[in-house]
Amino acid sequence: MKRSWTELRAATWFLAPALAVVLLFLFLPALAAWMLSLTDFDLYTFAEPAALRWVGLRNYLALLQDGRFWKALQNTLIFVGLGGLLTLCLALGAALWIHQRFVRWKAFWRMVYFAPVVTSLVAVAIVWRYLLHARYGLANQALAWLGLPPIDWLGDPQWALPALILMAVWKNYGYDLLIFLAALQAIPEELYDAARMDGASVWQQLRYVTLPALRPMIALAGLITANGYLQVFAEPYVMTQGGPLDATLTLVLLLYEQGFRWWRLGYAAALAFVLFVLMLGLSWMLWRQHRS
Amino acid sequence: MGDWPYSRAAYSQAPLVRAVVLFCLAGIAACHEPEQTVQLTFWAFGREGAQVAPLLESFEAAHPGIQVSLQQIPWSAAYEKLVTAYVGGQLPDVAQIGNSWLPQFAALQALVELTPWVVRDRLDTADYFSGIWATNRLPQGLYGLPWYVDTRVLFYRTDLLKQAGYATMPQTWAGWERLLHRLVAPPVNARFALALLPDWSPVVILGLQQGATLLGGNGRYGNFRDERFRRALAFYVHLVDARLVPRSGATQLGNLYHEFARGQLAMFWSGPWSVGELRARLPDSLALRWATAPLPGPEGPGVSLAGGSSLVIFRNTRNLEAAWALVRFWAQPEVQLQFYRLTGNLPPRRSVWQQAILQRDQQLEGFWQQLERIEPLPAVPEWEAIAARIHYYAEATASGLLGLDEALARLDQEVDRILEKRRRIATVPR
Amino acid sequence: MNYRWIRLGHHLLGYAGLVLLAMWTLLPLGWMVAVSLMPSGAASTSPVPLWPDTPTLVQYATLFAHFHMARYLANSLIISGSITLGALLLNAMAGYAFAVLRFRGREALLRLLLMALLIPIHITILPLFLMLRAMGLINSYLGVILPNLASVLGIFLMYQFMRTLPLSLIEAARMDGASEFQIFWRVALPLSRPMLASVGMLTFLGAWNDFLWPLVVLTQHTHYTLPVALANLAGEHVQDVELMMAGSVVTILPVLLLFLGLQRFYLPVLLRSGLAG
Repeated sequence: MKRSWTELRAATWFLAPALAVVLLFLFLPALAAWMLSLTDFDLYTFAEPAALRWVGLRNYLALLQDGRFWKALQNTLIFVGLGGLLTLCLALGAALWIHQRFVRWKAFWRMVYFAPVVTSLVAVAIVWRYLLHARYGLANQALAWLGLPPIDWLGDPQWALPALILMAVWKNYGYDLLIFLAALQAIPEELYDAARMDGASVWQQLRYVTLPALRPMIALAGLITANGYLQVFAEPYVMTQGGPLDATLTLVLLLYEQGFRWWRLGYAAALAFVLFVLMLGLSWMLWRQHRS
Repeated sequence: MGDWPYSRAAYSQAPLVRAVVLFCLAGIAACHEPEQTVQLTFWAFGREGAQVAPLLESFEAAHPGIQVSLQQIPWSAAYEKLVTAYVGGQLPDVAQIGNSWLPQFAALQALVELTPWVVRDRLDTADYFSGIWATNRLPQGLYGLPWYVDTRVLFYRTDLLKQAGYATMPQTWAGWERLLHRLVAPPVNARFALALLPDWSPVVILGLQQGATLLGGNGRYGNFRDERFRRALAFYVHLVDARLVPRSGATQLGNLYHEFARGQLAMFWSGPWSVGELRARLPDSLALRWATAPLPGPEGPGVSLAGGSSLVIFRNTRNLEAAWALVRFWAQPEVQLQFYRLTGNLPPRRSVWQQAILQRDQQLEGFWQQLERIEPLPAVPEWEAIAARIHYYAEATASGLLGLDEALARLDQEVDRILEKRRRIATVPR
Repeated sequence: MNYRWIRLGHHLLGYAGLVLLAMWTLLPLGWMVAVSLMPSGAASTSPVPLWPDTPTLVQYATLFAHFHMARYLANSLIISGSITLGALLLNAMAGYAFAVLRFRGREALLRLLLMALLIPIHITILPLFLMLRAMGLINSYLGVILPNLASVLGIFLMYQFMRTLPLSLIEAARMDGASEFQIFWRVALPLSRPMLASVGMLTFLGAWNDFLWPLVVLTQHTHYTLPVALANLAGEHVQDVELMMAGSVVTILPVLLLFLGLQRFYLPVLLRSGLAG
């Protein structure tokens, strides 16, 4: 009894700092964001705090009527869907490729492919901005080499989003690759032996042993990647500022612009919550896949 | 448990005595200071930010008790930085501020009203170009003092103009368009006849030239579907469609000045900063082969923007007297002349032009003429947000994404939404 | 005979694929370094150069002499370092409490923290800004450091690791009359060194590369971290490719080399944190 009392006291001291930070800087702001989204907080509120008004769900309504919100939503979903798919496919393909038995120096290849993951997003976005330059970029140089006409990657509304997706895939596939490689190495050899004894070809082994075994991991990697892509911000911020013509406007970029450039904090908070709900929905869907 | 750092022996009197003596000396030294030096923070943007330091030194020499700490900020970030500083409570004492931002900061009650000071020091306000003075004199009062004027004029290659068969710049849109067509054809064969600025200003200027009001109902509604603005936007789109003007300047055209020098670009709209840039970047052979001309209007010489920067004092300053001294310093004609020589920025006072500048600088003729025909923008705090949407819809129309009427309808819708709070709050800010 | 050639071909193809992918992955980074060593204007020519004709360090010199790169580097180091040390301490303490101490409400608290994992950063930044503004912490190191001092993920990782610590050692120390903090400091922490190293490295990496929050909270260039400074520079100096590449190198390369070299320390933890997430 006495010990449990001292343990409780010790626990309080141990937990207090971390919990205080989590409470003060995580839970409290989340709650405050909800309340903020129900007001008309904007730049003039700083000049006259007393003029702040409770507007209920009006910000959400305005959001739904705002063409730019829908554009941003569309762009973000394309990013998640297309980008996520490409990232997973590349990572899975590369993982399977490395995992082949004859391949040596597996750790070396893994390190190379993982390198972009640890780089700063801003720094690589800048590099890619020049790689995709209409006249002096390597991308168009490669196109010219193949005999194809140049593309105005970041200036053409049709190509800007694919260009950003390309960059995102380049940067992130290494992380999923890691997950897949580890999962592949965890598949017991007996399963393959049994399949081979049943006369299964390489492709059939892939389809009936490898992929089913990997499914939970694919779902997990998908969840992590999708969540990351839902929050895409730095790439459009650095490379295109959401342009051209809102072609690369994403939800978090719109949030940043409305919140910290125009200081429509109430409106931006509503946007934040809509994004939050989206993330929860997506996470729940993929989590269920992971669990099954 | 641990080590006690000091032994008993150290508790001698010596350190204590030393400390007391030092303290007294410091106190005596402080008493001998004639006065506390005032520290002013001053923000300047763009090129002038970089070049203004020598003038500040002469200010400090003339005012021994004042020290100015200068911070330079690039133009692209200036508006955002000012607003963020306002929100974060970190505004400087004095700052340069774009004229179009003045109404917003006045509405935010961030600025000091300057009329009492102007009256007290008997500043000759009539000497300023009236279009520029109007941008600082808001209904609520005078909130800034013009620092330099800025307007948009036509920069052109004189030799290419001659080659196209023109002695002088046309004054009407129609005549001007004919010239543009001649410039992309042989013998001149420029890749583009004209480059406009990659922001909202070209369309707005064209609108002002047509007499459009941009906003209606005393700045409470968008008025972009108005026939006059429609004509202006149609003209802009037409220029882009005819490939006389490049689309989205940044990616299609390389370096503007580079192309101008190479004859690939015959003309461009720009402001006074391009004078300095051209003088710095052009080879000697081209030094006299360019000039400025006022903008052509629909049926005669057209108006341009009453742009420029003003100096403002922020309300949170703790040194009002010193801040005013700095602002007043820049209003002096001699200082304005020196400022022009250092930066190429044009003085807002006519006397300075007449006395010194125009005689020597034929290339500025375009500016001198245009400055008598400038229009201020609507003085609404929400201007920056509105301008961003104008830019968006102009580009969307020019690139064919939206039809003209649909773009204008949507623009009006968005601007109405932006101005919604303004309609609700019917009071005049204090 | 035939079979061997086929297999050889198969292997060569396999390696060729890996090499191609490696080249595509490393090309941007390699080009970044190459261009950073070129004189100004050299990269804006057609065809695009892949290697400097005359390698020069002038861009780096300009960065440090003219553009205050050293200050931004120092800011990044200070902020990332502080976050790492602070977070390690706080998370380890919390992890220890959950793992070793028994007290009422432990399960409930853990579940609550689990929910916190769902809260993304973009929800918190708006009110956090207002909060820090009220505290006067806008544009300060603390403004960046404080919200990052504890992470739910970090707590969980430390908790899961410390659960594996031998209880016998801890019991023995208790019987010797040591206080909980002493046990924590002298028994649990030293045993947790590998985990601390891993979590520390990952925390440092996250803090170093963090962009959105520093961008929001650091309003003046005196306090900018490298990513924010770089983004700012890129906005003004669109034309100066070589300079920007040098800036990117400074931001990326040290961390990249460090991390690629010390992979085995944090890779397993990285994977596990993905699972925990």
